[in-house]
Amino acid sequence: MGKYILKRILYAVIALFVVSTIAFFAVRMIPGNPIEAMTEKLPDEIRQQVFEQYGFDKPIMEQYKLFFKELFTEGDLGESLKYRGRKVTDTIASYAPVSGLLGAEAIAIGVISGIILGIVAALNRGKWLDYLVMFIAVVGIAVPNFVLASCFQYFLTIRFHLFPTTGWEGFSYTVLPALALSFNSTAKYARYMRANCLDVLNQDYIITAKSKGMSKFRLIRKHVLKNSILPIITLLGPQIALMFGGAFVIERIFAIPGLGSYFVSSVTDRDYTMVMGQTIFIAALYILSVLIVDILYGFIDPRIRISQRGGRDGN
Amino acid sequence: MNEQKTNFDTETSRDDSDVILDVRNLDVYLNTYSGRIHAVRDVSFTLKKGETLVVVGESGCGKSMTARAIMQLLPEKISEVGERSQILFNGTDILKMPEKKKETELRGKYISMIFQDPTTFLNPTMTVGEQIAESLLLHSKMKKKEAMEQALSLLKMVKITNPEKRIRQYPHELSGGMRQRVMIAMALACEPKILIADEPTTALDVTTQADIMELIRELQEKMGTSVILVTHDLGIAAEVGDRIQVMYAGEIIETGTKSEIFKKAVHPYTWALMKSVPSAQSQTEEKLYSLKGTPPDLIAPPKACAFAPRCEYCMGICRRLHPVMAAESESHSAGCWLMHPDAPKPEQLGKGGTI
Repeated sequence: MGKYILKRILYAVIALFVVSTIAFFAVRMIPGNPIEAMTEKLPDEIRQQVFEQYGFDKPIMEQYKLFFKELFTEGDLGESLKYRGRKVTDTIASYAPVSGLLGAEAIAIGVISGIILGIVAALNRGKWLDYLVMFIAVVGIAVPNFVLASCFQYFLTIRFHLFPTTGWEGFSYTVLPALALSFNSTAKYARYMRANCLDVLNQDYIITAKSKGMSKFRLIRKHVLKNSILPIITLLGPQIALMFGGAFVIERIFAIPGLGSYFVSSVTDRDYTMVMGQTIFIAALYILSVLIVDILYGFIDPRIRISQRGGRDGN
Repeated sequence: MNEQKTNFDTETSRDDSDVILDVRNLDVYLNTYSGRIHAVRDVSFTLKKGETLVVVGESGCGKSMTARAIMQLLPEKISEVGERSQILFNGTDILKMPEKKKETELRGKYISMIFQDPTTFLNPTMTVGEQIAESLLLHSKMKKKEAMEQALSLLKMVKITNPEKRIRQYPHELSGGMRQRVMIAMALACEPKILIADEPTTALDVTTQADIMELIRELQEKMGTSVILVTHDLGIAAEVGDRIQVMYAGEIIETGTKSEIFKKAVHPYTWALMKSVPSAQSQTEEKLYSLKGTPPDLIAPPKACAFAPRCEYCMGICRRLHPVMAAESESHSAGCWLMHPDAPKPEQLGKGGTI
C-alpha cells in the first residue's frame, strides 16, 4: 500500500510540473504584451524598472527557471500585473475559501442526493419512482446550471422570498448557488448509482447474501452499497476541481466574491501572472483530488491493493 | 392452511417424522421476454433426516430451480410458484411464510445453500471472516468478536490451511478450492437442518472436487444435516448419494436408491445418462455414447412424455399420453410407459420404435 501511495504522489508531482510549464509558456504565447501596452507612454527608465520588477527583461528560459525557483522554494506565484504590489498567492488565499465553501456544499448535496436517488431508482426499477428519478437526472444533465440558477432566483427569491437573490453575507446566501451548482452532479451520480446498483443486485454474491437470511435493508447496506459506490468515488476527483470551473458562471450570476469571478476578470484584464497562478492553483487542486481518490479507492477496494502486492496466495 | 408450526426444532407428530422436507406438486414458472417457461413441472419428493438426495439431470432440466424454490430464492419478479404447490419443512409450508419470517427463521438458519461458482458467489469487498461471521451475527446472539472467533473455528473445521491468516483475506486472494471451503463454512455456520448444494464442484478441478465432496460428506455425518445435492455429474452421485432423483424437462422421471438407479434403472433417459459416462475400463476406441437431440422447449411443454422425441424405445402411446409415476419397489419409481404390463420388452423395440 505504501508503495502504491508513493507512486501516486510521484505521478501527481510530475503532472503538476507539466501543467505549470504549459501554463507558463501558454500565457507568454498570447500575442500582445500587456506590459508593453501598460508602459507605452512611460519614460524608458521607468519602463525598464517595471520590466525588471516582473523579470521580463531576462531571456524566457531564465524567467522559466526563476518562476519555478520561486514557486517551489517560497510557494510564490508572483505579483499581479494589473494591481501593483498585490501578490497572486494572497489573492487566491482571500478568494478561494469562498469558492471552496460553495464547491464543498455543492458536492455534498450532489453526492448525497445523487446516491440516494440512484438507490431509490434501482430498487424501484420500472416503477414510477424510477421514471421520476431518471427524469430529474435527464433534466439535470441537459439543462445548464446558469438556466437553473436564473429559475431558482426567479421562483425562490422573487416569487416566494425564501432566499436572498445575490451576495455573500451568510449561510442563506449559499443555498441557491450551491443547489444550482450541484444539480448536474446530482443527476450524474443518480444515473451512475442506479446503473451500479442494478449491476450489483444481479451479482451472484447477492444471492449468497440472501441465502444467509437477511433483511432487504441489511442486504442493501452491507452488500450492495459498498460495491456500487466504488465507481462513484472515481467520479468525485474530477468533480472537485470542476466545481471551481463551473463556479465561474454561477459566481457571476449570484455576485459571489469567489475565485471564479475573479479569474474571469483576470482574463479580460490580461493579468498574466494572475491567470497563470490561478490555472496552476486549480490544476493542483484537480491533481490533489484525483490523488486522494486514488488512495481512497485503494483502501475501499481490496482488489486494487492486491494488484500492487502481486498475485494471490497458492492453494 | 390452519395452524402453522413455528418452532422447527420440535418434532412433528406425524408418523413419518424422519421426513424433514416434503415437496408436493411444485410448479415453478419463469416469465421471460421470450415467454412463460414452465421450469419445474409438478415435482414431488421427500427428504429424510441425515440423508443425501442427489438430483441429476442435464442443464435446464429444472434441478437448480427446484433447489432455489426450497430456499425461496427464485429470481425476483419473474418467477412464480404454482398455487397447489407445497414445500413442507418439518410440517410447515414455507411457501406461505411471510417474507420476514423466511429471513429470520428459515434461510441460513435451518436451510442453507452452497453454490456453483465460489468466485462469483462471494462478496469481493468483504473479508472471508466477515462473510462467515455474518451468518452467525444474523441468527445467533453472538457479538462481533465472538462471531469472528467462531468463524475461525469454522475455517478450521473446513480444513483451510493457515486459518488465522485466511480469515482476514478477501475472496480473490484464495484459490477456487479454498473459496468453496469458505462457502461451506458459511453455509454450515448455524448448523442448518438442510444443506442444498447446487453443483458445488462444477467450477473446481477434479482433485479439488473429490476433496470438497469428501468434506461435505464428513461434515454432514458430524452434524446430521440432510443434503440435497444438485449435480450433472453421475460420478459424484454414485459416490455420495443415498437416493438419486433424475430430472428431465422440469419433471422427476425416475427416483430410487443409489443401487436401484445404477443397477436397475427402468427409464430410457436414465439409461442414456449412464451410457454417456466414460468408463476407465473401456478398452475399445469406440465413440462415447451421446444422446441425440435437445430437451423440449418448456415455454410450451409437451403434453405427452417429454422424452419421447429423443427416446430410442419410443412407442405410439408415448407421443399421445403423459406417463404416470409407477412404483418398481417401495423406494424406486419412474414415469415411463415401458413399465406398463402390456408394454413390450425394450429389447423387442427397434431403435426409433414403431409400435
